[in-house]
Parts: sequence; C-alpha cells; structure tokens
Amino acid sequence: MVRREPFYWVSVSCGIMVLALILLPLMEMLTAPSGAMLKEALHDPAVVRSIRLSITTALSAACISFVIGTPLAYVLARSQFRGKHVIEGIIDLPIVIPHPVVGIAILSVAGRNHWLGNFMSELGIRIMGSTTGIIVVLTFVGMPFYINALKSGIEAISPRLENVSRSLGASMWSTFARITLPLAWRSVLVGFIMCCARAISEFGAVVVVAYHPMIAPVLIYERYEGYGLKYSQPVAVWLVLVCLTLFLLLRILALPGKKAS
Amino acid sequence: MIEIRNLKVHLGEFRLKDIDLTIEDSGFFVLMGPTGAGKTVLLEALAGLVPVLDGGIVIDGRDVTRLPPEKRGVGIMYQDYALFPHLTIEHNITYGLRYHRHDRHAARERFERLVGDLGIAHLLKRHPDTLSGGELQRAALARALIVEPRIVLLDEPLSALDQNFREEIRQLLRQIHRSLGITFFMVTHDFSEALTLATQAAVMNSGSIVQTGTIKDIFQRPATSFVADFVGMKNVFPATFSGNVAQVGVVSVDVAKRHGNGNGYIAIRPEDIVISLKPLDSSMRNSFSGVIRGIVDQGFLYEVHIGVQDLTFRSLVTKGSAVDLGLDSGMSVSLSFKSSAVHVF
Repeated sequence: MVRREPFYWVSVSCGIMVLALILLPLMEMLTAPSGAMLKEALHDPAVVRSIRLSITTALSAACISFVIGTPLAYVLARSQFRGKHVIEGIIDLPIVIPHPVVGIAILSVAGRNHWLGNFMSELGIRIMGSTTGIIVVLTFVGMPFYINALKSGIEAISPRLENVSRSLGASMWSTFARITLPLAWRSVLVGFIMCCARAISEFGAVVVVAYHPMIAPVLIYERYEGYGLKYSQPVAVWLVLVCLTLFLLLRILALPGKKAS
Repeated sequence: MIEIRNLKVHLGEFRLKDIDLTIEDSGFFVLMGPTGAGKTVLLEALAGLVPVLDGGIVIDGRDVTRLPPEKRGVGIMYQDYALFPHLTIEHNITYGLRYHRHDRHAARERFERLVGDLGIAHLLKRHPDTLSGGELQRAALARALIVEPRIVLLDEPLSALDQNFREEIRQLLRQIHRSLGITFFMVTHDFSEALTLATQAAVMNSGSIVQTGTIKDIFQRPATSFVADFVGMKNVFPATFSGNVAQVGVVSVDVAKRHGNGNGYIAIRPEDIVISLKPLDSSMRNSFSGVIRGIVDQGFLYEVHIGVQDLTFRSLVTKGSAVDLGLDSGMSVSLSFKSSAVHVF
C-alpha cells in the first residue's frame, strides 16, 4: 500500500474541522428544542407570520431581480463597452457593504429629507417599517448574486447560436426568448436560489429599515433578546427547515432541465 | 447580385479595409485566405452581425448596410454548425419558418424535400449532441436553406470534417447549389476546397481583398507573391480528360471524378505524393517511376523534384525519411498518389 504523505493527513484534518464548524452548531440547534416546543412554535401566529413574511419578501426580491436583472446580465455578458468594469463593480457593492450600513443608506434616500423620499410619500409609498421597505432591502442585497450567476451562464452560451437565430429571421426579443433564456434557464434558477438564500438570511439591514413587520430573523433576535436562547431556537429551527425545503425544491426543479440540455 | 462597396469594419484590434466585391446571382463564391485574415468578420458583416464603420452592402439592389440581421435574407452556417442544443433536429430546421410568410403546405413540402435530399430524415427526433459532424452539418444546412435566403454564407464548411466526409459534403454542396439556385458564399483557408466548387473566388489577407476572379485566373495569374504562395499547389498540369483519366502529355493519371470530357487542369499537393524506392503495392491508382532531378532544403522538409517523362512532380518528404531512403539527385524512384488526391478544374 502507498504510504500517505503528511499533506494528505493535514488536508483531511482541516476538512473535518471545516465540516465540524458548520455542522456542529447547526445540529446542536436543530436537536435542542423538543418536539413539543417545535409544535408549540408552529401554533404561535407570530412565528408563522414572520416565516411567511420572510419567504414572500425573499421571493419578491428574487422576482424583481429576475425582471430587472436579466436584461442587465445579458448586456454585461454580451457587450464590451467603456465603463463596463465600473458597472460590474457597482453591482458587486452590496456584497461588500456592511449590512446595517445598507439599511441606513436606504433610509437616507427614503426619508422626508430627500426628494425621492418626499416623492414616494406623496405617492403613498412608505419604506420605513413596511413590507415594501423589506423587499427593497432584500432586493438590494440579493440582486448581485442573481446578476452574477446569470451573467456567467449567458457567457457560456455561444453567441453564434443567437447569430444564427437572427439570420433565420428572429428578432432580438424572439432570439432571447427562444434561444438564450431556455439555454440559460439553469443559471436563472441558480441565480434565483442564491438571491433568495441571501435575501432570506438578511438581518442587519432589515432591522434598521423595518423592525416591524417582523421577518423571521428579526423575530428570532427578539425572542433571544427578550427570553433567551431556549425560546429563539424553535423559531430558528423552523426557519432553517423552511429554507432547506425551499431550496431543495428549487434544486429538484432544476435537475430535469440539465438532462434535457 | 451582391455588391460590397468600400466596406470598413473595426472590431476590437481587427480591421477590414475597403472591401470591394461583386458576387453574381446564383454563383458559388469562395473567399479564401489564411486563418486570421478576416474572412469570418466579412461573413458576419454581410449577415449584419458586426457593426459596419463605412461603406455599404447592396443585395439585389437593396441597401442592407444598416438593416438588422433578420431583415437581410442572409443565411449563415458556421464551422461549428451552431445547432440549437435544446431543440431536436426537426425543431432546429423549422426554427425560422414562423418568421417568413410562407404557405404552410409549401413549407412542409420544402422541409420534406430538403430532409430527403440531405439524408437526415431518420435524425429528426434526435438532439444535436448525439449526432456526428457530417450529420450536424446537413442539419445546419437544411435549417439555413428552408427559409429560402437570397444568399447562404458557409463558414469553413469542410475543415471541421473528417477527411472521408469531405468529398461527400463537397458533392452535396455542389448538388444543393445547383438545384436551388441560391447564391453561396463560402469561406475557407484551404485552396483545394475552392477548386471544385467555386464559380468565382477572392483571396483575402490581413483584412484586405488581394485578388478576385475565377479560380483559374487566381491560380494561373496570382496577383501577388502572397496569392502565389497561398494557392501553392505546386503540381499543376494542363490535361485532357476522357472519363476518369486525365492525359498529361504522355502520362495518364487516374482521377476520382470528372464531369465531362475536354481540357482542363489537374493539381496535386506535394504532400500527397509518396516517394518509394520500388513501386508500392498499395491501393493508390497512380504510380510512376521517375528520376530525382533535384532536392530543395525547406527547413524541416525536403522538396524533391522528380522527373517523369517530360513532367516534373514536386513531393515533400521529412528529412528523416529522405535519409532512410537515401534520396539523391539522379536516383531512380517510384512516386504514387491516390486518385482522390488529384484536384481537377
């Protein structure tokens, strides 16, 4: 038998440490609450409401990203122009900005001291402490993940396919709908999932913009602050389970697409 | 008729300079040039896929320079075929039909005929990733032709194919071109591909057209030393044909195919001629004995000049095999080549 080199054992131990770091706390948290406590949490309207709000706002953010991010991802993938890197940098900004700062930044344009805030309040749109505000924040933090995933997906599709489609008489729109989008479908889905995942986990920015209505992370934080670890755990478990189910579902939906292509 | 006038294209670092070409109706135009000469850029400019800086393109009297690709009636077939991977072959072929005002019945008929002519009827339900290169090419050709474009652009249609398929596809292209009467515009870096297909040709180098004319013109009277080098098929002989035999002086050469009798030329690439000490016992139809008249050092290779009667054949051999065979001036040797290596024009 070949003697393993020390490097092998170092890699293995590091790998075990990484997995332990991720799994140990999660497992501990998932197994801490008893079945009765989990059941009780599920009958708590505040918990159900917060989880539902978390899911709907995160999905809304992903849908908005899909609608306004898709054309931008296409342009960034297909064309070369001056200032493209600047735009790409701007799109990545939300990833590096600290979360509470995002919240404060959004509030600064949404407040009464800003023309945009004034304009919106005239239209009856409220950002502070509203579901709209939560969706704005989640779109802000989730959008880069969607755009980047789709952009690299589109880059992998040969522009010649689009060229041929055009030469056969299809317009730009038609080509996008019949060639680019079906071929990039998996990237769309992956981007959507990543955007959703990022959005559903956001806490820092949301807590600044909208403490109420409460999304699940804020509720978990409130329970922890007010009643302690034990009372926040059941809600946390439900949130994690809902997230996992949601993402598993989307991944399964994505798989047949891979086979067909 | 397609007229390209003073066309200028800038694409990143690449430039097309003052391209002037006239392509006759129903012709088979072949644009030749080495890799990187700008052939594909010119092709895409014709199709409206790259922005034109200056100059114009007129198709059948209509200025299409600023028209989007879908309004030009220009079909394109890429070297890598570019079949839509998520669609079946049938849906690939019928993809463009909905954008053209066609009588449905006539379209269906054309579909059946094309699929039949191209021999791809059994592939219709399959996806492109399960097909061979030759099959993909036929499908791509059918897809381009079914919408009845005024001109079909072919980007190196033969070079990606296995040698065995090339002759087949060449025949097919010729047949399809003759039966449909659509103008073909083919791009290739291989001069011998142009020989049997082109009615009109042009040679391109570093973004400019160097020479245009018939294949014979370009071959016999290369305008520049670049063209002479590019078409450098060194064994060119005037010949008289009867059936599958070309009479070159007193030497009879078997050729694979010849349409009709009469006068013309045969050409053989130096690398297709095999030198041996004794006549080869092989399937090669053409075998002659001759005398080495000279050996020219070409770096990695030797060009060996062999006299057969009053003809001089040029063959390329590696230095290694020249030493193995002990080649020297005045030596008697055998030379052989396949009948399929003989280009006729």
